[in-house]
Amino acid sequence: MKSSVITFPGSNCDRDMDVALKKFGFKNKMVWHNDTELPKSDLVILPGGFSYGDYLRCGSMASKSKIMKSVINFANSGGMVMGVCNGFQILVETGLLPGALLRNKYLEFICKNLFIKINNKQNVYFKGIDKDVLEFHIAHNEGNYFCTKNQLKEIEDNEQVAISYCDKNGIIEDESNPNGSIKNIAGIFNKEKNILGMMPHPERMIDCSLSGEDGSLFFNNLINNLK
Amino acid sequence: MKISVIITLKKDVLDPQGKVIHQTLEDMGFNDLNEVRQGKYFEIDSKESDPKKAKDKVEEMCKKLLTNLVIENYKIIDVQ
Repeated sequence: MKSSVITFPGSNCDRDMDVALKKFGFKNKMVWHNDTELPKSDLVILPGGFSYGDYLRCGSMASKSKIMKSVINFANSGGMVMGVCNGFQILVETGLLPGALLRNKYLEFICKNLFIKINNKQNVYFKGIDKDVLEFHIAHNEGNYFCTKNQLKEIEDNEQVAISYCDKNGIIEDESNPNGSIKNIAGIFNKEKNILGMMPHPERMIDCSLSGEDGSLFFNNLINNLK
Repeated sequence: MKISVIITLKKDVLDPQGKVIHQTLEDMGFNDLNEVRQGKYFEIDSKESDPKKAKDKVEEMCKKLLTNLVIENYKIIDVQ
């Protein structure tokens, strides 16, 4: 399986993602934001970081960079695109995913492990994972997911809420909402479920000596689903 | 032409920075405030000399980059 990780100026989780993808069997290529063509890929990843210094709005500059035209075409023709953290912010700024990511409710940069509930397993990203609750890591300042009432209705009607912040038992409640996101939303799909954006970092949970291994579960499952 | 644009968060979007500024102003003794909302201000110096055309171009810039219309509104406040 071939993957591509896009590096923007200010991306800082691109290498971690490269390590994670290779560990689970992807043949990964790093792609520079100024390139115009995507290498042949089964999965394109927009990594975390602070692309363009978070100027204007997080992800807004990156969403207009040269490579994004190819990424948008790839996504619109059904290609799998996953954005993590800043990558999620870039996806909402391109309009590939609905909504916006605002400053965290309590104005703090949050960096910690937490739990997420998988809401929808009828897709290539989560199909077959035997757990409903995963421990992932978040590190962000602007992860407060916002959308209009109409957008929320549409997202919920189409089962686009991929993952939600929850407690360790999978209960979705205010106490486990780290950043003020509407309905504890941590990640969403597009309607067709080939595009996933999420604030948590699965690539930070792939080594039992450094962290938990729920990220390993995710990547192992993902490559098996793609085969 | 010089064009000025103000960008503000829409009414129903939470503005935590505005809230903290409001709180701080109250702590400083400014007690008669209903609300404080924070926004952005742009000054764009364009080579275009026709005011209507310059304004239209900036409007396009607002829609395509300067504003995220899910959460923000823009207002062109000055063209000269």
